[in-house]
Amino acid sequence: MTRKIVIEPVTRVEGHGKVTIHLDDQGEVTQSRLHIVEFRGFERFVQGRPYWEAPVLVQRLCGICPVSHHLAAAKAADVIVGAGTGRGLTPTAEKIRRLMHYGQIFQSHTLHFFHLASPDLLFGYDAPPEQRNVVGVALANRALATQAVLMRKFGQEVIAATAGKKIHGTGAIPGGVNKSLTPAERDRLLHGPQPLNAGQMIVWAQGALAFFKDYYRKNKAFIDGFSRFPSNHLSLVRPDGALDLYHGVLRAVDADGRKILDDVDYQDYLQHIREEVKSWSYMKFPYLLRLGKEDGWYRVGPLARLTTVTFIPTPLAQQAFEEFKQATGGKPNDMCMHTHWARLIETLHAAETMRDLLSDPDITGSELTVKGQRQAEGVGVIEAPRGTLIHHFCVGANDLIEMANLIVSTTHNNEPMNRAVNHVAKTYMTGQKIITEPMMNAVEVAIRAYDPCLSCATHAYGRMPLEISLYDDAGVLLDQKRK
Amino acid sequence: MAENTMPKKIIATTSLAGCFGCHMSLLDIDERLLELIELVEFNKSPINDIKEFTKECDIGLIEGGCCNDENVHTLISFRQHCKVLVAVGECAIMGGLPALRNVIPLQECLAEAYLHGPTVADSNPQRIIPHDSDLPKILDRVYPCHEVVKMDYFIPGCAPRADLIWDALVALVTGQELKLTYDTFKFD
Ligand code: SF4
Repeated sequence: MTRKIVIEPVTRVEGHGKVTIHLDDQGEVTQSRLHIVEFRGFERFVQGRPYWEAPVLVQRLCGICPVSHHLAAAKAADVIVGAGTGRGLTPTAEKIRRLMHYGQIFQSHTLHFFHLASPDLLFGYDAPPEQRNVVGVALANRALATQAVLMRKFGQEVIAATAGKKIHGTGAIPGGVNKSLTPAERDRLLHGPQPLNAGQMIVWAQGALAFFKDYYRKNKAFIDGFSRFPSNHLSLVRPDGALDLYHGVLRAVDADGRKILDDVDYQDYLQHIREEVKSWSYMKFPYLLRLGKEDGWYRVGPLARLTTVTFIPTPLAQQAFEEFKQATGGKPNDMCMHTHWARLIETLHAAETMRDLLSDPDITGSELTVKGQRQAEGVGVIEAPRGTLIHHFCVGANDLIEMANLIVSTTHNNEPMNRAVNHVAKTYMTGQKIITEPMMNAVEVAIRAYDPCLSCATHAYGRMPLEISLYDDAGVLLDQKRK
Repeated sequence: MAENTMPKKIIATTSLAGCFGCHMSLLDIDERLLELIELVEFNKSPINDIKEFTKECDIGLIEGGCCNDENVHTLISFRQHCKVLVAVGECAIMGGLPALRNVIPLQECLAEAYLHGPTVADSNPQRIIPHDSDLPKILDRVYPCHEVVKMDYFIPGCAPRADLIWDALVALVTGQELKLTYDTFKFD
């Protein structure tokens, strides 16, 4: 008897992602898939719009990390107006954009850790669902919840000061930015009354990291072993190998730590990256051209970044990074749940970077834009909270977009997430007749470790509600569980 | 605000064809979030693990319009379970940015994404466009919520300001009239 298990969000009629698992008559998992069920059509409908609209338009893909899309599109537009990439902008423009981006990293990572992961850590994976959410955290531990809310608030305030508003701002424009900080804005973020200032954010970020490490000490076997498998890793790095979330060159390493891509100018991404289309998901499957569809897939995001970079250019995060590297003896880290650890090290790095940028006199400068020789094509790449984000536009002589290609962070992680589902299904469901709560938890936890929300592609935040149905090969329902 | 004797109002929220920016703006009420959870109880919502309505709700907040058949079913079920339904943000009110595809044949959108794009053009020899019984059906165009069910209130903005969402929620929860001030009420 072959069986098909369907795991799908919210009442079968809502949500943007769904898992199916097939078992053969021996109870072996023969197929498992994470389907992305949402399609928007951005690539086509931005055609015919003026290129300078792209930074405000395309960010409406994702309200969880709109700044990433805003900046990736702006970086592509920089190339189009002849402002070059990276260092081409004025120091003020580049630093304002960096500040905006690190504010975003800080708020998004905070949201993930406290609003999403902390309920599991505080209450355990088997706690009642009514408790296992941010409201439960607030009711159980008000101090922690308040801290979470204020950390996110600080990140959002940084975004509002640099982008003009908290969600879907307008600060980055082709060739630069449309405002810098006033001294008053800077002082408020740098020295604002407790606790809303950059210094307190560093302290709290250290606290979050300590909180996780304490949990790790007590649950080492689970954190190390859960849904672990080798992969390639891809991210931007600064040319000297430093972690840089705003700008750099593409680097990829394989499971043994060998560089399989290095010092690649992202304007040339087409020479290295392709996407495979599969009939059962709207999300494509990117791979490195030279390794091919089978072997060329890779991870992106915090775990991948801390695997590709050589060091972190702020002292406290570097210290934490050294400890992180020691855990694997310097080898690539393929432990899925270590993503939480990596994410919190980046949160600390973001806090330190915000303080440094706010202390830099350029941040209140008045030279905002540059312009050069108009180009017909531009690529913008950034490290979004969830990983590498690629925007590519071709523009006609009439300034209208003729071609747009977008590869969002979550798409890069498509294959790894599918493998994670398969890994967990095999481990927990092989030979089982009855579905239990822990089995469903396991599938959910594996997907969420990559991207708690599958943000740009599917359900956004909070835990993914699941329904699992077990059918026999005649389509008769054998068992059904919900959570 | 509300006295403790008042029973907690029950709120449900969902994101249809939206970007979750409106949900994020709800979170941007910051410290007032802690105040809100004293006033209301959340039922079905992506911020918790409640996947189906477990009781009838007072207020349903809808982000996003309808771009596939699942969105339509979700919206109808919200109408059935919520006394008051609020369209939050441009996408719910008018279809928003995803509705830019309404003037373009759906087939062209799919072809661009899966056949013509520079990272798929030479790597999709079988010319696959995703189609599967496990994928929902995409509608011919993106529909605003009020074309599908009756909507009671509309909160404009993309995303609406957190202050506006807060004021509207307080008004709905306490039954008082909403005072609109210039700086919270903006279209964009
Ligand atoms: S109205 Fe704006 S913020 Fe809200 S879902 Fe639509 S695009 Fe996102």
